[in-house]
Amino acid sequence: MQLSTRHLLGIKDLTAADISLILQTAEQFKEVLQRPVKKVPSLRDIVVVNLFFENSTRTRISFELAEKRLSADTVNFTASASSVSKGETLLDTVNNILSMKVDMVVMRHSASGAPHFLAKHIPAAIINAGDGINEHPTQGLLDALSIKEKLGGLEGKKVAIIGDIMHSRVAQSNIYLLKKMGAEVTVCGPPTLIPRHISEAFGINVSYDLKETLQWCDVANVLRIQLERQNQVLFSSLREYNLAYGISRKLLDGLHKEIVIMHPGPINRGVELDSDVADSKQSIILQQVENGVAVRMAVLYLLANRNN
Amino acid sequence: MKAILSGQQISITIKRLANQILENETDTSGTVIIGLQPRGVFLSDRIVAAMHSEFPGIGITYGKLDITFYRDDVRKELHIANQTDIPFSIEGKRVVLIDDVLYKGRTIRAALDALLAFGRPAKVELCVLIDRRYSREFPIQPNYVGKSIDSIVSQKVKVFWNDKDGKEEVALLEE
Repeated sequence: MQLSTRHLLGIKDLTAADISLILQTAEQFKEVLQRPVKKVPSLRDIVVVNLFFENSTRTRISFELAEKRLSADTVNFTASASSVSKGETLLDTVNNILSMKVDMVVMRHSASGAPHFLAKHIPAAIINAGDGINEHPTQGLLDALSIKEKLGGLEGKKVAIIGDIMHSRVAQSNIYLLKKMGAEVTVCGPPTLIPRHISEAFGINVSYDLKETLQWCDVANVLRIQLERQNQVLFSSLREYNLAYGISRKLLDGLHKEIVIMHPGPINRGVELDSDVADSKQSIILQQVENGVAVRMAVLYLLANRNN
Repeated sequence: MKAILSGQQISITIKRLANQILENETDTSGTVIIGLQPRGVFLSDRIVAAMHSEFPGIGITYGKLDITFYRDDVRKELHIANQTDIPFSIEGKRVVLIDDVLYKGRTIRAALDALLAFGRPAKVELCVLIDRRYSREFPIQPNYVGKSIDSIVSQKVKVFWNDKDGKEEVALLEE
């Protein structure tokens, strides 16, 4: 048994069996992370380069920890401190790094499809750590692991994805994954932030009514408003967004049922999520971060084997 | 297929192994039993159960170890990990590793490596149901043996358990 793919470019390319294998392996790595010595030697023959062409805190640290806990050698690359600023192309940059004998590439890029382009031209295994507004597969996987842990499974679970669906690679990876694993999905947000025809394209529900959506769901995955990707005015103000689509304590108390609150981070407190919700016991935001390391260990472990 | 041990013989052997493990150290507070995943656990479950029925009230610290991430053939084929459950420290303890069949010794080599993540044991012993003699690739020998057999590389030894396979038997399979 092994993954059906050599790279992790997106959840779109994975089968349900792949997803189950990754989640099952991640559960074993979670146990490794509880040990007094949180390190295994599985990837001691592997060199991984972390190529971050776009800012990241959580994902970069999480990947780096995952690599180190698998005993891989790691090299870090950030675009601002590199020859990219001197005009080098993406392919040249990566080929130069690969000629130093690197086995795997973890890449974040602001252009959608950048890792897919690289996968066609270089021999190393590529893990997409977020490409533009396309996919963020390891986030989708860690969200799935978090839901599975909290609710005991994914099949038949009702998941609402709330907020800026249009600009969110997290939303896209989550939708692909949840549909493949048999969950029900509703996306909810202002009409300007929800792509047209998304309902038919993915077989999901669309709602513009936050309260109704929260009443329906078991889990609410609340997304960040991505102001850096919005080049036009899509809602009038952050305050108005908060009033219409922000999750408040009062709103949750009015549901008369307990739903699970998730957020991929970084949180805009007081915009999409109020502080007393983000810090409540309903929220599993920090468990998501914890699961991120285990999921990334699983992906690295499974792909390292696939490429040898 | 040739039978090496019958179901009844396995039961008798398990009782003997349980007694032998406890024989020299009747105070079990310094001992931990660790079964190796996946198939060593069927044996360790039975040995621990035999200890409890033989000596009611005895305290046994018992865990399960998966060695997948410590294998030396990790790039040859993908192995699926099983659950490790060692919610205690093994620092300063006598550890008895339990597996069903000892063959080349590579699993035990990986297990010794994996154990160090849980502390520094005072000593490590090995208990197996079947010892395939003369086929070791590492200097590893068991302390407690159910039955030693002579076999050749083309043969396989398979232990069947009631809980898993619906019958209880040790068999020698010809390839």
